[in-house]
Amino acid sequence: MKLTLRIWRQKNAQDKGGLETHQLDDVSPDMSFLEMLDVLNEDLLEKGTEPIAFDHDCREGICGTCSLMIDGVPHGPDRGTTACQLHMRTFKDGDTLTIEPWRAKAFPVVKDLVVDRTSFDRIIQAGGYVSVNTGGAPDANLIPIPKAEADVAMDAAACIGCGACVAACKNASAMLFVAAKAGHLGHLPQGEVEKKARARAMVHQMDEEGFGACTNTYDCEAACPKEISVEFIAELHRDYRKGLFSGR
Amino acid sequence: MNWLLRGLRSSVGLKFVMAVTGLLLFGFVLAHLAGNLQIFAGADQLNGYAKSLQDLGPLLWVARGGLLAIFVLHVGTGVMLARRNRAARGTPYAVQKAIDSTHASRAMVSTGVVVMIFVVYHLMHFTLGVGIRPEFHDWTDPQGRHDVYSMVVAGFQQLPIALFYIVSMLGLGVHLSHGLASMFQSLGWNQPKYRSFTRLLGIGITAVIILGNISMPVAAQFGLIELPEWNPLVNGGN
Repeated sequence: MKLTLRIWRQKNAQDKGGLETHQLDDVSPDMSFLEMLDVLNEDLLEKGTEPIAFDHDCREGICGTCSLMIDGVPHGPDRGTTACQLHMRTFKDGDTLTIEPWRAKAFPVVKDLVVDRTSFDRIIQAGGYVSVNTGGAPDANLIPIPKAEADVAMDAAACIGCGACVAACKNASAMLFVAAKAGHLGHLPQGEVEKKARARAMVHQMDEEGFGACTNTYDCEAACPKEISVEFIAELHRDYRKGLFSGR
Repeated sequence: MNWLLRGLRSSVGLKFVMAVTGLLLFGFVLAHLAGNLQIFAGADQLNGYAKSLQDLGPLLWVARGGLLAIFVLHVGTGVMLARRNRAARGTPYAVQKAIDSTHASRAMVSTGVVVMIFVVYHLMHFTLGVGIRPEFHDWTDPQGRHDVYSMVVAGFQQLPIALFYIVSMLGLGVHLSHGLASMFQSLGWNQPKYRSFTRLLGIGITAVIILGNISMPVAAQFGLIELPEWNPLVNGGN
């Protein structure tokens, strides 16, 4: 396959940056998207130019490190798929692809396609935990939890914190991330106790970081590689509303 | 009360304000439509209804004041959210595609502006009677009541005004189609089993609002409602 790639290059956080065009003439349709970038980087190294910086780690769709805006869609056109699990057979010979980093004030670009997502960590630090000591891992079935409830908690816990929801949102809102992180705790007995305070603390930290507000367009759900439902956002709103009128 | 203000100033709190004020404004739009549709029952019915509203006296001003406050809160909160949301992106994408989002959900600011321009025009046109043919506003019917019926028919018989109303109502409909369904989500009322219901409700109510409101300018344009014989325009006056 022949591809034309328009890739965002930016030396550092201060640099203005811009799109740079590269040609690849021999892309295998069986390559993953990141392998295709590896090939391009080897070309660049051979030519003695700086390779393109991009985030990646597990390359099996579970770590949430890869973060590429591919032709206007986070992680590319395949539903429920991270960029590392996206294969070049998705595209056609002769395609032109634009590759950009996540864009959000709360995700500043570090270099090229790499963004700083520690704002997510600070949201977790604000409330994405259970503050009582629950001891070691409990024996299986020691605390009975209905299967349906455990499944909902697991659906939320599938969030890998990649930030595709923020990247897709027209407001760069982190609501789906916050809702998933609050939701997987809130559906289990250990986490349920603090769910109202948690909703408040995490939402306020999200605002502090400069993420936008939710307009209920649901592009986040569509972009999420783990297909996390916006129902969790409604739940977060519910917990926040209840927390607003209860407690101290 | 600090807890309330702080809570309502967050991104989620502002959405609560949007949802609640939006619901109240929507209630007004429905009631307003129900009132206006009486035009099809004739001049006597509509003018009588208008008089009963005028006769509320001070209560009418309380209602108007409340409505204005809700409107200002809705628009003000919307502006605050839109500014925050714009700032949250920072550098724009070279290419960004909508995936599942509807046009209506992405165009809330623009359709909101359409509605706001319309409201200002509409108030000048019918309520205040300034700027746009103020003499229409002084008409009375044989019982000496303010002749709302003639004012509406004469207004809507003019093609540009009728078109402006129709386009504005389409804007309002698009705004409500997202706003109503969105309200359930923002207030945390949305549950998986309600999802198809809220979506249908948004579309259904929108259709009622659009069709109901545009039926009046359309009827005037096609001569289905006409000026009463007592109106000065009928005998080649004005």
